[in-house]
Amino acid sequence: MVSVVSVMNGEQPAKQPAAAPVGHARGHSLTVRNLVPFYGKRQAVRPVNLDIPPCQITAIIGPSGCGKSTMLRCLNRMHEMVAQARVEGTVWLDHEDIYAAGVDPRLVRRKIGMVFQHPAVLHTRSIYENVAIGPRMSGITRRRELDDLVEHSLHQAALWHEVQDRLKHPARMLSGGQQQRLSIARTLAIAPDVILFDEPCAALDPIATSKIEELLVALRSDYTLVIVTHNLQQAVRISDRTAVFMIDRDAKDYIGSLVEVNDTAEVFSNPQDPRTQDYISGRVG
Amino acid sequence: MRVESIRLLIETKAVRNRILQQVYRRIHYGDTVFWLITLVFALVVVGMIGAILFVTLYGSAMAREQFGWGFLTNPRWYHEQDGVPIYGAWPAVYGTLASSTIAVLLAGPIGIGSGVFLAELCPPWLRMPLSVLIELLAAIPSVIFGLWGVLVLAPLFERHIAIPVSRTIGTTVPLLEGPVSKGGVMIAGMVLALMILPTIAAITRDVVAVVPNSQRELLFSLGATRWQVIWLAVLPYAFAGVIGGVMLGLGRALGETMAAVMLIGNRTTVSLSLFASGTTSAALIATQLPNREDALHESALIYLALILFAITFTVNALARLLVWRIAASTR
Repeated sequence: MVSVVSVMNGEQPAKQPAAAPVGHARGHSLTVRNLVPFYGKRQAVRPVNLDIPPCQITAIIGPSGCGKSTMLRCLNRMHEMVAQARVEGTVWLDHEDIYAAGVDPRLVRRKIGMVFQHPAVLHTRSIYENVAIGPRMSGITRRRELDDLVEHSLHQAALWHEVQDRLKHPARMLSGGQQQRLSIARTLAIAPDVILFDEPCAALDPIATSKIEELLVALRSDYTLVIVTHNLQQAVRISDRTAVFMIDRDAKDYIGSLVEVNDTAEVFSNPQDPRTQDYISGRVG
Repeated sequence: MRVESIRLLIETKAVRNRILQQVYRRIHYGDTVFWLITLVFALVVVGMIGAILFVTLYGSAMAREQFGWGFLTNPRWYHEQDGVPIYGAWPAVYGTLASSTIAVLLAGPIGIGSGVFLAELCPPWLRMPLSVLIELLAAIPSVIFGLWGVLVLAPLFERHIAIPVSRTIGTTVPLLEGPVSKGGVMIAGMVLALMILPTIAAITRDVVAVVPNSQRELLFSLGATRWQVIWLAVLPYAFAGVIGGVMLGLGRALGETMAAVMLIGNRTTVSLSLFASGTTSAALIATQLPNREDALHESALIYLALILFAITFTVNALARLLVWRIAASTR
């Protein structure tokens, strides 16, 4: 596999032409071009250029505060929900620029789903309603259709057999790992092209973590997955490609930057950047 | 020299231990004392409720004995039968319930709406001034609300709403029939609504503000609109608190005296129409207790107070039950 390493550092010329990327026969790809997230006036990350291939797991690793979660939230336009936050640059979902004028961010978020760090369920609602709420909001109201969707999504999230007898029970009675799989089922129910995971196992024990990891590997054949993780072993275990972010501290400010992106095996066995080397060997971070 | 320093070390150690022991003991006693003080304060609250219950029960004994449950349904506050005075609570109870219901029906949606606006939708530069204004509304004394109601709202309401409505819809709906009197249940309810609005708005704002952000982000990430986020995630999560705010407002409306006295017309017979004058329990007690004529009159007023107490207690209990049941079905 030929890896397109598009690393943008300070020394390189700032702009690359934001050309529409080539499409793929199966699955959906994300192409990030000169993406710069801002919090107010503060630039959080240096311009990012990153190709996320279809039907693979791309891991984003790096120390705390390097901007990897911020970057992830730019991929489905969740970043701009934070007060004062804005984005420069573009992200392509296949041939579609999700930051183009006139694009409805809500439609983008239905195509690019997201699972959060803390298992988040709607506290006041049942397991069933937690999965059905996405389809309901997109206008599906027929009971049969919803039932089928909920069952299918729960099957996909490997949760059906644990909850099929208590779909009407409150979702918050589930364990942390089950809640996280419920979150995944909820995201699957809106049939996204891409799913973003923001440290999905950070709050889980090892057994729950391994279930989620199995699930991600199983989902890879149908979805494009991007996972931010603090757990380097997790990146090694499940991801196909790895992007490494680091914190630069030049001038007065701290700023994140993408230092390396390659096949996961390459990144961990033969890192090109000395900072990656330091990070994965545990010298920093 | 060495012995000296060891002795010194041992001494300082001993001194330190003694000081530590004293500190521990003080902390320990401090806890006990603090526990006792707070217990006494808590008991004072319970004692107050007990004292009020005792006074109303004891004071109303004569009237209760004489009128029994019929007191509650008697549609005239005072009339004489064969020279014997008979009192009835229904005009006051009806006025209390009707004016408070109107107040909650008006102030509930508006208060919840403005609380949600403040917490969720308000641009940051507007949030602070608007919050201060709403809290200022709560600080206005009720007599000033009453004054404004009598001088400004009541004439406008009478001319532009009450009279036209009573002549059209009122001809078929007895609740809105004429004649329209100077003060009335409806206008009192409207001014009560203004008075309880800030309570409901402020509490809604506070309980909505503490809904975890994860609940909102979760829906946003599914492509929800802001409206869907508020309606499907924020309000259900904050439901118990919002109901609590409405109930606090209702409690204030039920017991509000001054504005009711000034606006409701103080007529001690029942008229179903909301445009007709009437009275409330609180207004009746406040106006008549200073001029009580005999022991029976006083006892009847205290009986009325007991009923008002029971109404507020029941309302609060029902609210709590509602919150529990909904909490049990969703959690």
